[in-house]
This record gives sequence, C-alpha cells and structure tokens, in this order.
Amino acid sequence: MTVPRFWREIPQRYNLIGSKCGSCGTVDFPPRTICPHCRRKSIGKMEDIKLSGKGEIVSYSIVREAPEGFEIQVPYAMALIKLDDGPTLTAQIVDCELEEVKIGARVEAVFRRIQEESKSGVIYYGYKFQLAMPQVK
Amino acid sequence: MRDVAVIGVGMTKFGELWEQSLRDLITEAGMKAIADANLSGSDIDGAYVGTMSAGKFVGQEHIAPLVVDMAGLSNTHIPAVRVEAGDASGSVAFREAYLAVASGAHELVIAGGVEKMTDVSSSQMVNIQSTSCDQEWEAFFGASMSSLYGMMARAHMHRYGTTREQLAAVAVKNHANGVLNPNARFKFPIKPEDVLKAGMVADPLTTYDCAPASDGAAAVILCSMERARKFTDKPIRIAASVQASDTIALHDRRDICTMDSVVLAAKKAYAQAGITAEKVNLAEVHDAYTIGEIMAIEDLGFAEKGKGGIAAASGETALTGRIPINTSGGMKARGHPLGATGIAQIIEIVDQLKGRAGGRQVKDAKFGLAQSVGGTGATAVVNILEGGL
Amino acid sequence: MECGIVSYGAYIPRHRISVKEIARIWNEDGDGLSKGLNVIEKSIPGFDEDTATISVAAARNALVRCSVNPKDIGAVYVGSESHPYAVKPTGTILAEAIGATPNSMVADLEFACKAGTAGMQMCMGLVKSGMIKYGLAVGADTSQGAPMDPLEYTASAGGAAFIIGAENVIAKINKTLSFTTDTPDFWRREGQTYPRHGGRFTGEPAYFRHITSCAKMLFEAAGTKPTDYQYAIFHQPNGAFPSKVGKTLGFTPEQLKPGLIVPYIGNTYSGAVPVGLSAVLDVANPGERIFVVSYGSGAGSDGFDITVTDEILKLRRDAAPSVKQYVDRKKNVDYAIYAKMRGKIRMAGE
Repeated sequence: MTVPRFWREIPQRYNLIGSKCGSCGTVDFPPRTICPHCRRKSIGKMEDIKLSGKGEIVSYSIVREAPEGFEIQVPYAMALIKLDDGPTLTAQIVDCELEEVKIGARVEAVFRRIQEESKSGVIYYGYKFQLAMPQVK
Repeated sequence: MRDVAVIGVGMTKFGELWEQSLRDLITEAGMKAIADANLSGSDIDGAYVGTMSAGKFVGQEHIAPLVVDMAGLSNTHIPAVRVEAGDASGSVAFREAYLAVASGAHELVIAGGVEKMTDVSSSQMVNIQSTSCDQEWEAFFGASMSSLYGMMARAHMHRYGTTREQLAAVAVKNHANGVLNPNARFKFPIKPEDVLKAGMVADPLTTYDCAPASDGAAAVILCSMERARKFTDKPIRIAASVQASDTIALHDRRDICTMDSVVLAAKKAYAQAGITAEKVNLAEVHDAYTIGEIMAIEDLGFAEKGKGGIAAASGETALTGRIPINTSGGMKARGHPLGATGIAQIIEIVDQLKGRAGGRQVKDAKFGLAQSVGGTGATAVVNILEGGL
Repeated sequence: MECGIVSYGAYIPRHRISVKEIARIWNEDGDGLSKGLNVIEKSIPGFDEDTATISVAAARNALVRCSVNPKDIGAVYVGSESHPYAVKPTGTILAEAIGATPNSMVADLEFACKAGTAGMQMCMGLVKSGMIKYGLAVGADTSQGAPMDPLEYTASAGGAAFIIGAENVIAKINKTLSFTTDTPDFWRREGQTYPRHGGRFTGEPAYFRHITSCAKMLFEAAGTKPTDYQYAIFHQPNGAFPSKVGKTLGFTPEQLKPGLIVPYIGNTYSGAVPVGLSAVLDVANPGERIFVVSYGSGAGSDGFDITVTDEILKLRRDAAPSVKQYVDRKKNVDYAIYAKMRGKIRMAGE
C-alpha cells in the first residue's frame, strides 16, 4: 500500500461510502462507476450512499499464516460480511473469542488501524467488524 | 478456425529448486518440449509465456522476450507475449497460443509457464500470492488467498455438510498419485490424520490442504492438426479451449460455493468438444486448496453440487475410480509454481492420452480435461484434449 | 446563552491486565499495590487501536445518541498525550471518520491528562461566540508507563467525546475556569517512548494543589458548595488521589463513586475525567448537578459546574454502550501478552 492509493479510498475505508444505482436501486460497495445490472442505463445515475455498517457473517476463516504486516495479529478472523444495505465485503472480526465467530452472527463496523507503511510511515485506518453488542439498541 | 494439436511437452521437476533461476527453469522446460516435438527451435514462430508475478518474485518484468532470448532464439525475432491471469496464467497462455494457431496467424507456437517462488520470504510469498485477489478490498484488510479459500470451505461445510475428512481425502489421493509422478514435488503418501493434524493455515484448511508454493516451469508446442503428423505419430487434439471470468473479489460472487466462471467455461468447453462430462476419462483440476478440487469436480459436472466431498472420500476420483482427478498428484503433490501450473496440467493430460504416464496411467483414456483457476475464481480456463487420433 | 453538552460517548478497549499481574513481574506486593492505588486492573489497547481509533469510537457513540448532523460540527479537538503521530493531526482522522470535514476547525491538543477538558472549554468559547453551531471535544489516550515504573500499574487506554452546543443541551455547563501554573511534575521529551515524572512531587505541589485551588475558585465563581452536587469527578490517575482530594474538598464517597472508573480500567490520561463524566451522564437525571475538576501535569486544572437538563431524557442513551457495559466487556491477559500487545517485545528488524 502507498499513501496516495490509501488516501484515494478514505471515504470508503473510513465511512463505508458505497454507491446506489439511480436506475435499479442496487447498492454496491466499494462504489462502482457502472451498475453491473443496468450498465449503460446507470451512467450518470450512480450516487454515493453511506452504508449502515451492520450485517451478518456469510463465511469466515481464521488466519494463522498472515500476510506481511499482519503477522503479530495471528490468529485473526477474516470474514465475508453481508451488509444489511445489500453488498458483501471482506473484513477482519475483532474483539471477540475466535470461537464466537460464526456464520450468521450479527456484526457491526468499527474503526481500526489496518496496516502501516512502516514504523515511521503512514498509518492506514479503515473498517473492521465486531460482534454486535447485544445490550445496545 | 482450424484444429490445433499439442506435439511436444516438457517440464522441470517442481519443488524448492535452490540452484535454478527463473531463466534456468523456463529454458529447461522449453528445450525439453522442443526436443519432445522433434523440432530444432528455429521453426517456432510465436511464444506465449504465463507467469503470475515474476516482477514481485524475482524483480523481472518483460519476461517473454527474455525467455526467447535464453532459449537461444533471439535471432529469430519471433513475437513473444507474456500472459498474466493469476495462477491461471499458464492455462491462459496455452489458450492464447491455441487461438494464434487456430486462427492461422501462427504455425508453430510454444506456450510456457514459469514461476520462481522460493527466492522470497514466506510472508512475502503470502502477499504475492494474494495479489490475484482484490488488493484494495480483500488483501488490504488482511485476507490471504488461503483465508479466502478457507471461507469457501467453511461455507461449503456449513451448507452441504462437507467434512474436514472429505477435504483431507483430496490431499491423501493427490499424494498417492504424486508418488507415481517423477516430476512431482511430494513423492510420499500421507494419511488422513496427517492432514487433519497438520498446522492450521486458515481454518478449516491445514498445511496439507494447501498446495506448496514451488519453483518450476513447463512448456508445450502447438501446431495445426494437419501439420502435426509430421512431428508425431500421436498428436493430441485440442478439442476445446474456453476461458471465463467473474468478479475479482470473492465477496461479490453470486455464490461462494460455486465458481460460476468454471461452470460456464465447462459448459462451453463440452459444447465445443461435442461431448458431455461423462465422456471425460480424467481431469487435472485446480487443487491449490483441497476445497478447490471438491468445488471443481462439482462445477465441471463430475459430481452433483454439494456431493464433491463424498465423491472425493469414496474413491470415485482416485486413479482407479470412476473419474480419476489429478493423476499427476495435482497442485497439492506435484507442486504449484503459479504460472507453470496450467501448462503442467496440459502435460499430464497429454502424457495420459499418449499412454506414457507410467505407473499412474489411466487405461484407454481418450478425453482429458484441464481446469485452471486464477485467484478465487475471477479467471477460469477449461481445456479439453483428445487423444487416440 | 445556554451552552453545554449535547451528547457524549465513551470507549474503552477490551483487554485488561491486573495490577497484581504486573506486580508479579517486578516482585512487588500486588495485593498491597492494588489496594493502595485502589486500582484492580487497567485497559490495554488492541494491536489495531490508538488514540485516533478510540476517538472515533467515542465520537461515533456520541453521534449515534443524538440527532446532530456531523456537517454542523464546526470544530474538532482531540486532547491526548499519545497522538499516533508526532506531526500529523489525529483530529483530521477523527473529523473525516465522523463526516465533519471539510468545513471544520481541527486541532490536536496536548496538556498531559487534561487536554480533553481543555477541548471542551475551547468548544464552549466557539459556540458561545456564535462561530460554530457544535464543537466536538475528545479526550483519549493509549498511555505508556515504562516497565517497572510505578505508572506502569495504571497507564491505560480509553477516551470519551462530547458534542458541545447551545441547542438540545443535556447537561448545561454553568461555569468553567482553570487554574494553571508551570509545574514540571510529569513530562515526555520529543522522541522518547516513555514519560518521566517527579515521583512524590506529582502529589502535593502538583495534583492536589491544582485541583483544590481550581475547585475552590469554581465554588466561589458558581456560588456553590459540595452538598449542591449529586456527583463529583476528579482526575483519576489512580483510585486513591481523587478519593483523597474529594474528601479534602468535602465530598462524600457516594458523590464520587459513579464517576470513579479508574479502579476497573486504570488511568486513561486525557480520557480519565471524560470517561468519568460519561459514566455519570449514563445514569444522571434531570436537575442533578455535577462538579468536575480535571488535572493535567505541567500543570493545570479545568473546573466545570454542570447541571443535567430535561433534555437528557430525550437523548438515546441506550443507542451506544454505557461506560459500565464497556467496563464489563473485558478479557484479561498476562504480562507476556500485554508486553506483546504494547510493542514491548523487541522484534526482528527493530
């Protein structure tokens, strides 16, 4: 990752800004320039939409052999999360016991450090998810 | 379009080949293929080289002319094309070579694949392998390729009741086949418990559920069917070569338990070859992870959707089973040098159809299929070869 | 013009290490220390947490409880002594992550443990002057105590955020003032990993003098006395100091208890008084009065005289976790894991 590459996607990574097709209403994340359903009809009709950050685990895996920069975090849970707004995304599940990560579990977005360029480099923040705190309405 | 044949094949051993560079590997494979086809080399008029990430593994891009140069063919000035499609790079290079000959634009073409993976650290390896996933929206967040396949496995287990034992059966079978393949990296048998008790890589996948990152190269020579008999008495016809694509990210797929790209490529390939799945005598499939083979045999029509695990565990896909899968040992036991894998699959099918597969020979094989996947299914290639002509 | 807290939110990381466990490593009397400090355990930030992430979590909790449009937040101040960057603001990360950019005044503040309350005062000034509609003030830290230093037993992580405004005020700030001197009781020089302190010098001439002086000024300015308040919150570097200063000033343990969170999470530095105030706002009723005095080494104290309004009943307090819920959501770890999490193990290449 490099600084400009990261900076360009800040709205998506910090605030889950997706896109909504003005033609068919399909919501995509990350935002798309063209709706995969309407294609030409969607040109100029794609609007930004802020996603709720709430969703459900579709599937998951516990990473024990990590990519560079993630080694110290192992074992950690990566999951496919189907957001209530429609799209599915890939994110880490944090702040729970790994046994609590289950298909169908309700989760919500949190804001965390994802990577850093180096010890002296820029810190890349973004979304991770945690199990929904049940007592909170 | 005219019929195209494979007239020669060659590959290196796959493994941790400390003494060989990328150049050494592809040169060895190319020379063997040229020799197998009884060519001098100077009659080749086009080269296609599949490599996924030579730039990241060994810092070298612009691989195709380099390969031609190393083969001593620089003074032929033939067009040399590098093909990249994740770990399906070799298969796509093969298909591009096929199209070049089928169209009549080229006469005699070499299609190679190579990857020199072991020059980098293991965590760099994890990063580079995952470059065929979505870098911004999967890898950025810490997803490794193995974790994405782990998610497919988890979903398949959850939905269809597939078990870890069934996944393990794939690895056990492929190791058994690898024992019989002189070019395989792993030539030792394993037991189901070896797989189950091995260290976890990405739950539910252990080390033995994953194909080993390896060095290696493979090459094949293609020419028109009508010219093929000048070089060989057993030309192998390319009955179908189909490629399909899907979303780059796993999370955007219609279904993570099915690779739509594979289903579509297979459907078109069977139509092009004029056969059904039942006519296929053996197949090399993408077992970078054991779940990959289970999904592949379902998506290719060798097993009902959701029953791939049962098929693997019951012996139906063993060397002596109903539909032998990965007779070479697959990526699991042969090794998985990304760009080389697709070509190595073709070589196994060719050797089987020519009846020179030694101890792992499938009797009376006429149709063989090779299925290759790039990333988590964003690219799929299905090639069907026909022998006995 | 009425001005005060429109909404609030706190955040405390999940992991804890007990004072007893830290004492085990240094062959100290854990039970004695725990009792003396009145601290059972302290929070530890996750691998992926820092002052920016804690600030965002707290601010989002504040926003979800109210109907403030983030675009109406005209000022964002993050007070901390552990900003992730020496140069590059935490505030811009926070402002972007809550959607308050680009039309917002943003700055990072540092005043040891009172930078969060300083931010509240600055927001009040801007709101009262009419320059902004709402201001966001955050106090948050992932403080570091050097291994074996007495601070290691308490230096923890957490924070809270306050939206300051003049409409829908849930807790009116009747009065605020500060008592400031140049008293070097605790510091961290540029480039140093761990802060240093003056040992017992941090007590009488620093913590106690500034808080009592500030409190007395505030009583006089507000025309109040301890019995006028249901709650009193003082900076809580440990559980002993605020209890002692509260008693000296004439407050009862009952007035202190709801806002005394340090025994369960340790000293969250810039987050300490803000988290304490959040815990009180979690349970406060209309008409109740809160007395707040923070303390920041170096040194100064900010005092606040606060009255809870009827509006608090309209705030969706249960839309975000309460301080108690965060305190209860915990996982204890041993010193080895703590050392790993806090980067105290020297890795290859470092």
